[in-house]
Amino acid sequence: MNSPAPIAGPHTHAPDSIAKVMFTVVLALLPATLFGIWQFGWPALFLFVITLLAALLAEAACLHIAGRPQKPFLLDGSALLTGWLLAMSLPPWAPWWIGVVGALFAIVVGKHVFGGLGQNPFNPAMLARVALLISFPVEMTLWVDPSPFMTGTGPDLIEGLAITLFGVKNIDAVSGATVLGHIKTEMTRGHDLGASLPALYDMQAAAVGNSSGSLGETSALLILGGGVFLILRRVITWHIPLAMLGTVALLAGGFHLADPLRYADPAVHLLTGALMLGAFFIATDLVTSPVTRLGQVIFGAGCGALVFVIRTWGGFPEGVGFAVLLMNAATPLIEHYTRPRIFGRSRSGAPREYPEPAERKEH
Amino acid sequence: MRLFRFRGGVHPEGHKELTEERPITQLPLPERLYVPVQQHIGAPAKPVVTAGDPVAKGALIATAQGALSASVHAPTSGRIAAIEEHPAPHPSGLPVPTIVIESDGEDRWADTLDSVDPFTLTPEAIAGRVAAAGIVGMGGATFPSAVKLNLGRTQPLATLIINGGECEPYLTCDDRLMREQAGTVVDGIRIMLHAAAIERALVGIEDNKPAALAAMRKAAQAFPGIDIVAVPSLYPMGSEKQMIYALTGREVPAGKRPGDIGVLVHNVATAHAVSRAVRTGRPLLSRVVTVSGGAVRDRHNLEVPIGTRVSELLRHCGVTGEPARLLMGGPMMGMVLPHAEVPVVKGSNGVIALTTAEVAPHAAMPCIRCGRCVGACPVGLVPLDLMSRVRGGDLDGAVDSGLVDCLSCGSCAYVCPAHLPLTQYFNFAKGELVIRDQERRKAEFTRTLAAERQERLERQRREKAAAMAARKAKKMAEQGADA
Repeated sequence: MNSPAPIAGPHTHAPDSIAKVMFTVVLALLPATLFGIWQFGWPALFLFVITLLAALLAEAACLHIAGRPQKPFLLDGSALLTGWLLAMSLPPWAPWWIGVVGALFAIVVGKHVFGGLGQNPFNPAMLARVALLISFPVEMTLWVDPSPFMTGTGPDLIEGLAITLFGVKNIDAVSGATVLGHIKTEMTRGHDLGASLPALYDMQAAAVGNSSGSLGETSALLILGGGVFLILRRVITWHIPLAMLGTVALLAGGFHLADPLRYADPAVHLLTGALMLGAFFIATDLVTSPVTRLGQVIFGAGCGALVFVIRTWGGFPEGVGFAVLLMNAATPLIEHYTRPRIFGRSRSGAPREYPEPAERKEH
Repeated sequence: MRLFRFRGGVHPEGHKELTEERPITQLPLPERLYVPVQQHIGAPAKPVVTAGDPVAKGALIATAQGALSASVHAPTSGRIAAIEEHPAPHPSGLPVPTIVIESDGEDRWADTLDSVDPFTLTPEAIAGRVAAAGIVGMGGATFPSAVKLNLGRTQPLATLIINGGECEPYLTCDDRLMREQAGTVVDGIRIMLHAAAIERALVGIEDNKPAALAAMRKAAQAFPGIDIVAVPSLYPMGSEKQMIYALTGREVPAGKRPGDIGVLVHNVATAHAVSRAVRTGRPLLSRVVTVSGGAVRDRHNLEVPIGTRVSELLRHCGVTGEPARLLMGGPMMGMVLPHAEVPVVKGSNGVIALTTAEVAPHAAMPCIRCGRCVGACPVGLVPLDLMSRVRGGDLDGAVDSGLVDCLSCGSCAYVCPAHLPLTQYFNFAKGELVIRDQERRKAEFTRTLAAERQERLERQRREKAAAMAARKAKKMAEQGADA
């Protein structure tokens, strides 16, 4: 009989792998993605495909330079997922190079500069999104109203290709505003919510996703469904999403009650922008969020608080990317202070003490 | 009864259905038995026979040495063929002194039965009979049982916990024993209660063994001090500390033993062996072993004489193809056997031959910090952090992160989607720690010796100087007197 090298147990394993984890997340993203592509037409589809291809090519190139095997790392789904999340967060009619530059930045600077899979302190997709937003503010705030496939309102295949390759020609004709952007602009003009909100925001449309916004972020309900699927499949736990959404809802609710004309209600916050995607798919990024349960609650609450602060008082209308990156930086610290108590020891690490021997009195 | 949920734990595929309906059968007597003199925690037993001696079944062949040790007896009659080094069931496969017995096929007992009523005996006498029978913890820990029973006289004990968890996948030997021999197991529990002067016994059995639970409940009906408790099937329920917590809500303090919180824990198979030994005066000569796994053709629960080589078990049951991995014990914590020539010992509860599909070998990927290991660890460690410290050679950091609290239960490695061999890292680090402590002690000892030598030389020098000065003074005085 063959004698294998002496190894420790276990000699059996849960039917699981990194690829399985990553592709489950991709599956959870699929409905919201398909909805976004359907809603924003050919340019969105081209941008999505280009971003994913760029991410995979960048991964392959980095693996080659690092001298790592291509197959296990390209097939683990992590680069695909990074590209996917980045594409979902881009303006749907952004030019091709936005997707390419973003994917390169995410994979090369966001991931491989730190040592590749599992080593990056910041979420690569959000890092790229923020870098693009700061570097190319015009392209990154080109919002269009939905013009779904098969309704005849959007560009056809050739027009769509032209938009992706050469940019949008008559910007003013198609561009719209996101709810959060609209609120911010109107606020600076001195118009309160009573005047600005009804023009653009409709709660049902925001929930379904029939509104302008990033490629895959508009449908709060489909993203929520994907998130619940991930929790049921035990890829993520409820701690981060619930803490993040709950904190935003609580803060928004409190301020809204105090001054309804100055502060939007919780539903506006929860249903618009990147919050839903951020709470279930970005903040929960396994690599960059805390591994302890308590740490995850603190992390989620911190993300939520920062999102609310940036949206309400910051210079940008949306703050999910910044919030998550800031909390990513705090992850090691949070983890250090939220380690579980060790069995048989007190929190301080000293052995536990009991006054009398263990005895069961009741039956 | 209120139960307590320990943190973490995993639900590995049980595979108990492969053998749970297989009644215990006798393995035909092998021609040769290889009985190691060390099958327990503590000092090895000292052989009291020499090669060529005739030996009868049950005769003492190696006697316990010191306070923590266990005697070894001849599992059958025949002739001592040799006392030699033979590979022991240990991952290293290193040989240990082993008494080889050539069976004469007669299976002739050394003596007649020495039947007594245990409840007329003093606790000391019971512990004495358990020690004489060479009984050790049969759940796998192999701690000499008599030493544990004697604890009651030095520590106030309140509860006897009988571990019927059997949480390892594939293993069903304790399950079968409880189903078929519930009366004897319960009798052993009563004897142990009497010996340790404890009133209450809690028998924890995982709820995936309903037949064993029913049989034990029926057998224990007449004895109000013995409670049969169904505990959730959650690995590692059969771990002593986790079982104590599940039943009492008490955590054994770090670095302490169950006795320190008034609890005594024994395995069901140990209770069974205690009953037989104390009532009949006959030693522990065999045990029930589950032979299972995908590579085994006819899976069995076999009563096997101690010292039977694993190859005999596999020959009896049949092996299909080449097993990918041969284990002694369960697949979570069992040890890889280097080959099948090692013998079954008192702590061997299973021989598992796994196919490649069952082992599911997988290349390790980098840690993606998913935190599943943190959720699975029953001790509350952060295995990914511990691993990176071990990998970085930071042994002190690993100790600070709880290395010594690790049970090596394998829950973390079981759930790791990156297939990282976490337990391997931790076992390696524990080994390093032992080596480092040994070296530190050695260095300290050398330092002490050197310091003592220095002091001695200094003293001798001082004494010499003093003597010289005294002589000089005396001479001066004499000269002075002369002048």
